[in-house]
Amino acid sequence: MRLQAAGVTLGYGERTVVENLDLGVHSGTVTTIIGPNGCGKSTLLRALGRLLKPQGGEVLLDGKRIDRMPTREVAKVLGVLPQAPTAPEGLTVADLVARGRHPHQTWYRQWSSDDEAAVGRALDMTGLADLAERPLDELSGGQRQRAWISMALAQGTDLLLLDEPTTFLDLAHQVEVLELVRQLHREASRTIVMVLHDLNLAARYADRLVAMREGQVVAAGDPHDVLTEDLLREVFDLDAKVIPDPVAGTPLVVPIGPRSRP
Amino acid sequence: MTAFPLRVGGLSWQVRLRGTVLTLAGLLLLGLLMALNMRLGDIDMSLAEVVRATFDPADAGHFVVMELRLPRALTGALVGGALALSGAIIQSIARNPLASPEILGVTTGASVAVVAGVVLSGSAYGGASGLFSAVGIPALALLGGLVGAVTVYALAWRRGLDGYRLVLVGIGVAAVFTNVKYWLLTVGDVNDTGRAMVWISGSLNGRGWEHVVPVALALAVLVPLTLLGTRSLAALRFGDDTVTALGVRMNLSRALMIFAAVLLAAVATASAGPIAFVALAAPQIALRLARCPQPPLLSSAVIGAVLTAGADLIARTAFSPLELPVGIVTAVLGAPYLIHLIWRARK
Amino acid sequence: MTATAVAPRLHDLRRRRFLVLTGLLAALGLAVVLSITIGAKSVPLPDAWRALTDPTGTENDIVIRSLRLPRTALGVLAGLALGVAGALMQGHTRNPLADPGLLGVTQGAAFAMVSSIILLGAQSLFAYIWFGLAGALLASVGVFALGMVGGRGGPTPVTLALAGTAVSAFLYGLTSAIVLLDEQAMDVFRFWQAGSIAARGADVVWQVLPFIVAGLVLAMANTPGLNALSLGEDVARGLGQNIALTRAVGVTAVTLLTGASVAACGALAFVGLLVPHLTRPLSGTDHRWLVPYSGLAGAALLLLADVIGRVVAPPGELEVGVVLALIGAPFFVALVRRRKPVRL
Repeated sequence: MRLQAAGVTLGYGERTVVENLDLGVHSGTVTTIIGPNGCGKSTLLRALGRLLKPQGGEVLLDGKRIDRMPTREVAKVLGVLPQAPTAPEGLTVADLVARGRHPHQTWYRQWSSDDEAAVGRALDMTGLADLAERPLDELSGGQRQRAWISMALAQGTDLLLLDEPTTFLDLAHQVEVLELVRQLHREASRTIVMVLHDLNLAARYADRLVAMREGQVVAAGDPHDVLTEDLLREVFDLDAKVIPDPVAGTPLVVPIGPRSRP
Repeated sequence: MTAFPLRVGGLSWQVRLRGTVLTLAGLLLLGLLMALNMRLGDIDMSLAEVVRATFDPADAGHFVVMELRLPRALTGALVGGALALSGAIIQSIARNPLASPEILGVTTGASVAVVAGVVLSGSAYGGASGLFSAVGIPALALLGGLVGAVTVYALAWRRGLDGYRLVLVGIGVAAVFTNVKYWLLTVGDVNDTGRAMVWISGSLNGRGWEHVVPVALALAVLVPLTLLGTRSLAALRFGDDTVTALGVRMNLSRALMIFAAVLLAAVATASAGPIAFVALAAPQIALRLARCPQPPLLSSAVIGAVLTAGADLIARTAFSPLELPVGIVTAVLGAPYLIHLIWRARK
Repeated sequence: MTATAVAPRLHDLRRRRFLVLTGLLAALGLAVVLSITIGAKSVPLPDAWRALTDPTGTENDIVIRSLRLPRTALGVLAGLALGVAGALMQGHTRNPLADPGLLGVTQGAAFAMVSSIILLGAQSLFAYIWFGLAGALLASVGVFALGMVGGRGGPTPVTLALAGTAVSAFLYGLTSAIVLLDEQAMDVFRFWQAGSIAARGADVVWQVLPFIVAGLVLAMANTPGLNALSLGEDVARGLGQNIALTRAVGVTAVTLLTGASVAACGALAFVGLLVPHLTRPLSGTDHRWLVPYSGLAGAALLLLADVIGRVVAPPGELEVGVVLALIGAPFFVALVRRRKPVRL
């Protein structure tokens, strides 16, 4: 178990979003969290990435409490990419990616050859080497998203948390980003946890699906077992047919309409 | 924020509950403070005496009430309202809670002009008194304020008006004016410096009807105009792309709103000097009390008026017979309240 | 392009950055030379050099060693401090209107100084400076404490900026009241307000030196964290940055730098407001470069303005604050007009 939430209760101020939730992430898997808007999936991801301190329970990274570990040490193992991050105007792709090396740098070791190699690798992997000098705000949405992922890659962690990495992207770019994720997983057997909205893409690119509703995990497991017509009704209030994806064989959701009330 | 629709025939408006209550409560408080301002002074009167003195020209107190206290109280309230309204507009356009008419060069321009007038005319020429003090200073302030604003505006205009560039240019121009003012303060006689300091601090001492009328006129014309602009102002808060998409004629509305803000601040400053902090604090206080994302214009104006009227009451009576410039008291009064509000919001 | 092909570009960038750094250092060097040689009594460079290395007690030697040298040193220190503090302040608040006096530092110093005059009858400049420094530190700590209350993870930039403005306005009100009531306080205050590095003496330089050095060290240590913060708090946390600590270090650095400068030289904090806008086009968004650039540019500008102030209005002098505003601000406005402003 790489990363584990044990009985966590999460919220902002008075408002509790997630209550007493358990979730484990196995090493070397791609885990995708799905659920309707406001079900607490992003909140859960933030807690797993120690961006949000649980009000109750604990998050364990490699068996140790994440909030008791030095945050810089965590950053060497675990990378988080929040939803829709913003960069200062004029920041170039190379500068952004270079900032991913932050946890490895100290005042006496500001730019080592390791840093340089990691940034080059990250740019190559995301196919951004040719755009390295361009300011981020001049790129297309897909390129920008790849740049942020590239920053997370430069961080050199084998555990990556991505919050809706495909938001604002057209279908082609969504697939492009997810293929990148799959490649990262296959080539370096990274452990990846992400939140996705598109159920069909989630089913295709995940080893394990976690379905959430109202702050609770309703189902978790192989996409074939999780993405059923019953679950869609229960979790998304959606009447749908689930057929095998003609390309990948994974479950494919064909919506019929909002859940019909008996 | 709760809003409910108000429909009359084919017309419809959205009325925001909290803001409306805030505005009404503010007006009530303002009335109370004005009444107190009319009652207290060298001779304290009861409310009945004030009323009698107001309407009976033969009454012994008629002169005191009608020629001294009422115009002064009105000047305070109107000037406070105008400055706060100006600040609310600028903060919305610049999308920056730290912006104030200073950024537009109005108050700093007026300050330089007046300090130059007071210090350079000097005690040798009888100093700033008599006609010069009654007519010359407001005229100088108005002129300085408008010149300052035109300078900022002209320098910031480049194929349209970018809010960010306006703020940056404003910083630069304000730095010049402020430091020239500081320098002027060092070259003059220390007595003249003191007199100039009173004006720079903002003072309502000896304000008569001639100070009330211009501000009242400006408010009468500009308040309805700016209220009409509220919706485009709300849109201006978003980025420029979004604004155009929302169908607001960006440059025109922005230019008109800035023009209104400049006039309000210039007229107010000409009447009472650059009363510190009202333009910055009142909108921030209003948006926190009304719980809305940007400064509500009308509530800001009312709160500015309340703040100034309250401060004037303290400035006149706290150390009587010595009188403090009202601008000192607005800062000392308004700052802790704003801090309290920020503090409360954090919990 | 492969991984190795990115490297030359990065080397290019670094070379350009060192080039800019060298240029700024050269400008500062030139300003120092001018500041030592030019004045009411101009001293030729060889004589000035002799005065510094091998003084024989001539009039020139005395002018240079007891007047020009401390004045120049103070100008360099204050300019460095204000430029650096301004860059830090704008980075932390992400607000182009943030000047390093924003946390109440300037008004804290002013209030403490005028209070010391009327309450304790402080007479010497040396005494004012201790009071000013204490006032600056107290005000800043107060503002930070106000911002801290309630929230976790330290105060947000907006809260800090607003609390600082409010506290400044409050203190300014009190200061104005005092100087209006006390003519002697007014006389000191108006000259302090105009800002000057003249006639301060070597003891003042030694007095502020430790604070400014400590502030500069903290500021440079703060820059990588500030870079992380500029990507947003969540990303910064994800990169392993302690947000509250980063902010606290930044505020401490700004307070030390600005407090020491304004106590010694008067209300010059606006230097820190202008300079980062001038250097940002050179450095881009990387604070590791923006901060030192701003410091060097601030020092060079302050000294040049001071030299100009010495010669434009003989036999008197113009205060450095006035000259800086008259020269720096139009330059600044021209730059803002010419380029697309680099946003924070």
